[in-house]
Amino acid sequence: MTITDNSNTTRPSATVLPAMKKVVILGATSGIAQDVQRQLAYRGCELLLVARSSQRLAELQADLAIRGARKVVTYSANLSSIQQHAAILDFARHSFPGYDTVLLAYGSMHDQKDAESSIDVLLEELQVNFVSATAILTLFAGDLERRQNGCIAAITSVAGDRGRRSNYVYGSAKGALSLFLQGLRSRLHPAGVRVITIKPGPVQTAMTDHLPNSSRFADPELVAGDIVRALERRSPDVLYTPKVWRYVMSVVRHIPEDVFKRLSF
Amino acid sequence: MSGQSAAALRKQPAAPPLVKRVFSWGRYPKTAHQHVHKPAWNDQVPEILQSAAPGSLLPYGLGRSYGDSCLNGGRELIDCHRLNRILGFDESTGMLRCEGGVSLADIINVFLPKGWFLPVTPGTRFVTVGGAIANDVHGKNHHCAGTFGAHVRQIGLHRSNDGLVVCSTQENPDMLRATVGGLGLTGVIAWADIQLKRVAGPWIDVEVIPFHSLNSFLDLSRESDGRFEYTVAWLDCFAGKNLRGIFFRGNHAVEAGGKVQPKRGPKLPFALPGWMLNRYSVKAFNAAYYRIHAARKGAAVVPYDSFFYPLDSVRQWNLLYGRQGFLQYQCVIPETKLDAFGELLDRIAISGMGSFLGVLKQFGSAPSAGMLSFPRPGLTIALDFAMRGERTLKLMQSLDDIVQQSGGALYPAKDARMSPAMFEASFPHWRSFVPYIDPKMSSSFWRRVTGGA
Repeated sequence: MTITDNSNTTRPSATVLPAMKKVVILGATSGIAQDVQRQLAYRGCELLLVARSSQRLAELQADLAIRGARKVVTYSANLSSIQQHAAILDFARHSFPGYDTVLLAYGSMHDQKDAESSIDVLLEELQVNFVSATAILTLFAGDLERRQNGCIAAITSVAGDRGRRSNYVYGSAKGALSLFLQGLRSRLHPAGVRVITIKPGPVQTAMTDHLPNSSRFADPELVAGDIVRALERRSPDVLYTPKVWRYVMSVVRHIPEDVFKRLSF
Repeated sequence: MSGQSAAALRKQPAAPPLVKRVFSWGRYPKTAHQHVHKPAWNDQVPEILQSAAPGSLLPYGLGRSYGDSCLNGGRELIDCHRLNRILGFDESTGMLRCEGGVSLADIINVFLPKGWFLPVTPGTRFVTVGGAIANDVHGKNHHCAGTFGAHVRQIGLHRSNDGLVVCSTQENPDMLRATVGGLGLTGVIAWADIQLKRVAGPWIDVEVIPFHSLNSFLDLSRESDGRFEYTVAWLDCFAGKNLRGIFFRGNHAVEAGGKVQPKRGPKLPFALPGWMLNRYSVKAFNAAYYRIHAARKGAAVVPYDSFFYPLDSVRQWNLLYGRQGFLQYQCVIPETKLDAFGELLDRIAISGMGSFLGVLKQFGSAPSAGMLSFPRPGLTIALDFAMRGERTLKLMQSLDDIVQQSGGALYPAKDARMSPAMFEASFPHWRSFVPYIDPKMSSSFWRRVTGGA
């Protein structure tokens, strides 16, 4: 747990809205998170990075501080282990006080076939993408609700909009997380805490390298740009990125089940 | 094929599919690869190296080498673009430590607002630090700053047999000299220390001067060397005997000036039909280019991106050359052999196959930092040729003869077709580089010019 303080150096002139000065990133070493962090650093935000590998966190910390982050704090923890969550919140409250935004950016995508043949893989997929995610978001939601402000954003997936043959295990975990966020949004609305559901289409990151056609997936830098803009503004509640997925998925959601079950994608 | 043998074939384990979509900048040759590793962290690289077969790997950056020096046909690549973190920066000295996949564009975006610039930059900022080192690239300031490698103080190099090797002029100096200009064959560059240079701001004081002969180019170049940090010329290779060109020279402006927001220009969406680039359209382009710049002769203050990276403003400009791609020809010829240079230009003019943007530069005398570095004293010219099959290759072969007889050399980063004999003539000491090659590394280029030594 080391702290780099840049507060005396001058910032690039990009404007920072009051609601996005101190951002907690859960899963800071994930592909999309790294690009989001760079853009937040450029805007002069303060960052608390949470991820497993302390060595990788140290590399990110150096990088983001040089790129303009006002302050970078790191905390090494295994986010899929719920026993460690209380300590993460504790650290955030004491070493990163007054944080205003929480971005959940971790996830795992096993090969669908493995999750069909191994119950261990199936349960791990649900544990990482859904169970642990709801647990840590509930902790942070309580804290922000008490303080009556802030923003919670979580990266789910367009795969959660409809169960498909090729990835329904990952999809169901992400879909369940989207439902959870929907309810959480309603619960936190009276407290003035915003909840954003981020639904990226397939993105070129380490998580998707093993998929066919991964070279045609979206550029993480563009997706990160959409996410940062959504954090800065007051809308939308549900972000599809790249934007075309909003329209694609509204079609996909409306295909009759009797037809959909025959589709092999 | 009979039904039986087809069935027998089906039973054999399927060969792993070849990953097709990896091109170099020239989009020639079109080679398929077995697998592309994409490490996101330096700590993942050792395992990739350990588990690979001998001679199966090659690091790949942003694919801006023109030919096959960044390809490893039928084998594997390590795509390093995710190793793009800045690990340290000393605000007082300008010493930067960054991972090998950081792009020069990224370095400029982060450090130019702080008053620091690249010590040497090639004609595009979309290359990685690892690629700039592995090709020991040069720029318009070669006559005063030497090559990129001259500003690399230290390198952390992943080697398959001895882990992370730190190379500097004190520690493993030979491995440093091998890695600079080593075409990626010595290992994967984990990080490098690069000395940035102080500048007042993002503006360049530039002078534009038309010229009409090789001798007047040389006079301009010599006269400018002491007073201008950057010199380069554009040459109309269609003009034949009536040679003409535009000489550009510049210095960093001493005033900070306003900020520069690099323009995100248009992008070529797909490969143009090959017939669109022909001797008439290119001739017309060259004439227009000459007239526009000749009309603008004199001094001006321009943003750094339009001075250093005019081509970067059209994304994917390489698609201009159509589906077959193109070849670039960059050679250096000793200044004492000006006749050979004239002969070279004549032959290109006669062929009618030359293209726009012939770039001419007089190299300085500073020795290059790497064993296989290309820059050496003399006159260098770079030209694009649309790939038109055998006749393009024949023309380039005949240019090789002129270069070889003059004691000149070809640039591996631009090459997709030189013969082993031409490579030998360009780099007579290449065998002393061989012991530094990582046993897990190889490349299409290296196998082609050395037979896989």
